[in-house]
Amino acid sequence: MKRVWAIAGITFKEAKRDRILYLLFFFAALAIIASRVLAILTVGDRVKIIKDVGLASIQVFGVLMAVLIGTSLVYKEIDKKTIFTLLSKPLRRAEFILGKFLGLALTLLVMTAGMSLIFLAVVYLHTFRIEWTMLIAIAYIVLEVLLITAVAILFSSFSTPILSSIFSLAFYLIGHLSWGLEVLIKKMKAGAGRAAAQALYTFLPDLENFNFKTEVVHGLPIPAGIYLSSFLYGVFYTAFILGLAILIFRRRDFI
Amino acid sequence: MADAIRIDSLKKSFRLGFIPKTREILKGISLSVREGEIFGYLGPNGAGKTTTIKCLLGLIFPDAGTIEVFGQSHLSARARQSLGFLPENPYFYDYLTAAEFLAFTADLFGLDRPERDERIARLLKLVGLERAASLRLRKFSRGMLQRVGLAQALINDPKLVILDEPLGGMDPLGRKEIRDIILRFKDEGKTVFFTSHILQDIEMICDHVAIVVGGRVVKQGPLQDLVSERVLFTEVTVLGVAPEAFRGLGEGVSARGDRVFLRILEETRVEEVLALVRERRGRVVSLSPRTETLEDIFVETVTGK
Repeated sequence: MKRVWAIAGITFKEAKRDRILYLLFFFAALAIIASRVLAILTVGDRVKIIKDVGLASIQVFGVLMAVLIGTSLVYKEIDKKTIFTLLSKPLRRAEFILGKFLGLALTLLVMTAGMSLIFLAVVYLHTFRIEWTMLIAIAYIVLEVLLITAVAILFSSFSTPILSSIFSLAFYLIGHLSWGLEVLIKKMKAGAGRAAAQALYTFLPDLENFNFKTEVVHGLPIPAGIYLSSFLYGVFYTAFILGLAILIFRRRDFI
Repeated sequence: MADAIRIDSLKKSFRLGFIPKTREILKGISLSVREGEIFGYLGPNGAGKTTTIKCLLGLIFPDAGTIEVFGQSHLSARARQSLGFLPENPYFYDYLTAAEFLAFTADLFGLDRPERDERIARLLKLVGLERAASLRLRKFSRGMLQRVGLAQALINDPKLVILDEPLGGMDPLGRKEIRDIILRFKDEGKTVFFTSHILQDIEMICDHVAIVVGGRVVKQGPLQDLVSERVLFTEVTVLGVAPEAFRGLGEGVSARGDRVFLRILEETRVEEVLALVRERRGRVVSLSPRTETLEDIFVETVTGK
């Protein structure tokens, strides 16, 4: 485990030097603060607009950070040949992938914490109270961002950063649209078509499982079972993607 | 003595290009490196030297053949613990200082802090970088990076050191220092396997040599067995005798000022030349018999001439 943490530490050091990270953080902060302006222009509950836009900003910019940094992390090690030195030591390839994931996860946690602080401060300026329930939605956004990080690392282990970014963003988009397939399955008659749609839905990610934004913004009740199932879904899907990345990475030659 | 490395019938081909075309890089490499010796692995560019090293380190999976390090699979944890590697043209995390980078590599071996700090200080001194310990690698010259590379290869006090072109990019003084360090490894009982294009260096420090051409080991053995004592030709510099006098005696006759340079292929002719110089009251400035060098062997093996 010491080796995994060594890689995680170096990844954290490397990621926090990336200017893209701070650029995205700046725009995320700008979007969260600008939600106040948007709220002024809106008729209705202004606080809800601030919460909606703020949470969406944390999500979108968190995902962008995961994709843009995650897709170049492993690639850079291969491209600059630092991987030769690392893998000649008693470091398993699986440990390398896990270390990279943990290092980037740590970076994204710090960034999300920063964005959340700004968001809670903006909400506080309107409501004069700290809305702790927002943290539920943010926690599940973090879970989603971690899954996207694993996906970015998976693609980065065998593809170039540009292609990996496209694939990872496609994964994110599919993940947010696949719930439509679930609706379709419910309306389909039993048969081969429905079975095929069911198989496809099982295979495709459903990132709407992590979406608690509407519930927390509108103060709707959330059944306890949903928390657990969404959490387990996130953990297992991330573990599955990391397992896949390790499987690919273990078999490749470093020419 | 036991074998530090044993490679048997190693084969590797790659499918490269947009329309993949199979290229066979290693066509059955077999060699063994005995414990405690300095082994030079030579070959022209593209011969398969680095590919062999990458197979040995587990960076590439061979199509066929076996590799053993100290009698164990080269992929085993124990084999990895016992070796150190310096890549060709090393590039490391340039935002770290030399000491931070060495601490990171020590962590990969699970060294505890006191041992780690002691080794870092000792290695930085060994490679002459103690003053640059807190300098970021970004500011390092190529030669300095090579030294950091050597230090990281030694962080685990390995029994086997694999060096890919360790003398590349070094100035003559730096090359001598690295050569001395490699020789010190031998005194400490370490085995060294290294590639180099600088044949003079290999000749100066290696015990055993293998020449690889086109993915095959075409010649290998102890250096003294490969390089014979046979005199190839004798170079003579003479003063005070006209060059025309040597016509028919030397293969190559040239003159610069009042000096005449001769290259004599047959040893018996050397005596005749000396007698002629005495007779004409000239003076022999220098006389040097040239024996076979590793470079001659290498050129002969690679070009077939």
